[in-house]
Amino acid sequence: MSRRHLGIFTAAVLAAASLTACGGSGDDSAASPKTLTYWASNQGASLEADKTILQPELDKFEKQSGIKVTVEVVPWSDLLNRLLAAAASGKGPDVVNIGNTWSASLQATGALVEFDDATLQAVGGKDRIVPAALAAAGAPGKPPAAVPLYSMAYSLYYNKKAFADAGITAPPTTWEQLAEYGKKLTTGGKWGLAIEGANPSENAHHAFTFSQQYGGEWFDSAGKPTFDTPQNVSAIKRYIDFMAADKITNPSNAEYAQNQSVSDFANGKAAMLLWQSAGSNLKTQNMPADAYGVAPVPFLASPPAGGKKVNSMVAGINMAVFKHTKNRDGALSFVKFMTSDEEQTVLNRTYGSLPAVTTAGSDPAFSAPEQKTIQETLVTTAAPLPQVPEESTFETLVGTAMKELFADAASGKPVTEASVKAKLTDAQQKMR
Amino acid sequence: MATSTTAPDADRREPRAGSPARGPARRPRGPRRSLLPYLLLAPAVVLELAIHVIPMVVGVWMSLLELTQFHIRDWSTAPFVGFENYRATLDLNSAAGKELLHSFWITLAYSLLSVGFAWLLGISAAVVLQRPFRGRAILRALFLTPYALPVYAAVITWSFLLQRDTGLVNHVLVDQLGLLNERPFWLIGDNSFWSLLVVSVWRNWPFAFLCLMAGLQNVPGELYEAAAIDGAGFWRRLRSVTLPMLRPVNLVLLLVLFLWTFNDFNTPFVLFGGSAPEQADLISIHIYRSSFKTWDFGSGSAMSVALLLFLLLVSAAYLLITNRRRDDHA
Repeated sequence: MSRRHLGIFTAAVLAAASLTACGGSGDDSAASPKTLTYWASNQGASLEADKTILQPELDKFEKQSGIKVTVEVVPWSDLLNRLLAAAASGKGPDVVNIGNTWSASLQATGALVEFDDATLQAVGGKDRIVPAALAAAGAPGKPPAAVPLYSMAYSLYYNKKAFADAGITAPPTTWEQLAEYGKKLTTGGKWGLAIEGANPSENAHHAFTFSQQYGGEWFDSAGKPTFDTPQNVSAIKRYIDFMAADKITNPSNAEYAQNQSVSDFANGKAAMLLWQSAGSNLKTQNMPADAYGVAPVPFLASPPAGGKKVNSMVAGINMAVFKHTKNRDGALSFVKFMTSDEEQTVLNRTYGSLPAVTTAGSDPAFSAPEQKTIQETLVTTAAPLPQVPEESTFETLVGTAMKELFADAASGKPVTEASVKAKLTDAQQKMR
Repeated sequence: MATSTTAPDADRREPRAGSPARGPARRPRGPRRSLLPYLLLAPAVVLELAIHVIPMVVGVWMSLLELTQFHIRDWSTAPFVGFENYRATLDLNSAAGKELLHSFWITLAYSLLSVGFAWLLGISAAVVLQRPFRGRAILRALFLTPYALPVYAAVITWSFLLQRDTGLVNHVLVDQLGLLNERPFWLIGDNSFWSLLVVSVWRNWPFAFLCLMAGLQNVPGELYEAAAIDGAGFWRRLRSVTLPMLRPVNLVLLLVLFLWTFNDFNTPFVLFGGSAPEQADLISIHIYRSSFKTWDFGSGSAMSVALLLFLLLVSAAYLLITNRRRDDHA
């Protein structure tokens, strides 16, 4: 190789090398036993609002235990990536909030402290925890990887005035009714149903519920993906069709990924919304609690063979401790504090969610209409998402496929059984 | 993504570091004298290793492992799969391979168009602003604004502008001017590619403008005078004086712009929020989606390495061809 060629080669290598640069976040785990770092998920109207809500409780904990907790509220769009980076690097926070559907995925990394019976005892005991919530804290047959913190479920929120104006007296109980009412409500620039169409996680949650109602599953008993079964195709098509066929959803919703659907509902631009614990969010957007009704999520009028009576996932937030923490005892005592009756009441009351422990449900806030509906759903018709390590990948792949289908529907391309199946088959092929 | 300031390296032939040794030999001080250049080079070498070479080697190593969530905490437990990741991601009969190829073509078209338009705008503005006139300084500053704005702030603003219901673009096109009856989507569907292209050109052309403007300062005024005396019009002067004199600048500028655009992650990531529509699925976003979002770092790395090899080839071929031409001219 001549000198000139060598020069060219070196230049080319360096030029191309700029590609592989990548970054990572590197807050260090608390080094002193008197401090903890806590990543909270975004439960309130904004990251700032969450900080304001949590800080007094953290101060209370510091007074009790002498441990100072530094909190960072992480937006949902970043949380999973940040958790993954922390798991991979062994650096980062001591205590974290995780979406409960990720429990098994994060458990598989082996980075989280296992809550075996003794550890559960140390944070207050297994018996106090709501069983359905605990079932969504890790793969079956293994010690949970986290402890439930807030419990939620999907409900149907409907605008009372819009319903009255359209002459509708009661909320829909079947999807057929929902489509029919939606058509009546879709007039004069207003729409029947608001959908967060570009948010893969939201889409995937609905994929689960609809699939259950059509008798489908996303993973078989061996944990292998079964994305493109006829049941799942029908389920996804039913959901996309609210925009594509029934036309009760504004095509613009195909762009929504920052909770614009909640805003549309709060502003009266849409009359119905399927959401988890939307109440506190609606309140901050100036929609008073008596302006909307809360009903269980509808079912199919005539479910096919094998269809299950499920109308929500067991939704919720879990609290996990990283194994790399240098202050394990402090971290566990913080988990114990956050799941204590008092804190469960204070925090869940503020967020409009339900306590994850059976001993803290007596506060009157938890018998408001919204919370009663959530409670009823959780007890009777909610099921946990598949607790398999590939769950988070399922959310990403199927949720994104649905986002693309919504984009098709919005731009007037036909959404057919075949096009839905093609997307699901593609998504399944990407699972390894 | 890191920036690359590579092409100058091609011409910089290191021996300058050794020249003191050949200098006046009045004070022969033994080994210390020859140590100095290495000491001076050391920080650069160390940083180069840490920032470029080591991550690259690690990336190549990752591409040979089945690195999923089960092994991410302790890489030593990840099974060595050899070229399996490459086979899986580059197999053009599989869904993943087809998507990668699709993404590759999209990225290529995007890069060529973006660089082309950015260069065209840059050279036009530079030529127009070459002669002094009132307000030239203001125009220069104004033209450079997109380059001075932070990427995230600028692109987020674009994403607001381009929203279907609440965006300014549709407000002007549909409500104010009445050019369209239907509100088009700009961030999903076929239009998303053109939206991305416009934002990218908007961001990159000031850099082209800056480089070309600097290059024009070095063109002696006599050349234009001589050309004018010979009766050359504007286009003739542009073709026979300006462009040949700008050749060295253009060589570097086009390569750098191409590499930046090809690897651009920030613009699509901020504009589309992490998962770009198929029509604008640039390869950097595609790789991010298939490694970070699906926790499959092995195949993500395999794609990156394949892309690295491609860019290596493109860069080497480009430099070879342009160097050979320069030698022919000389």
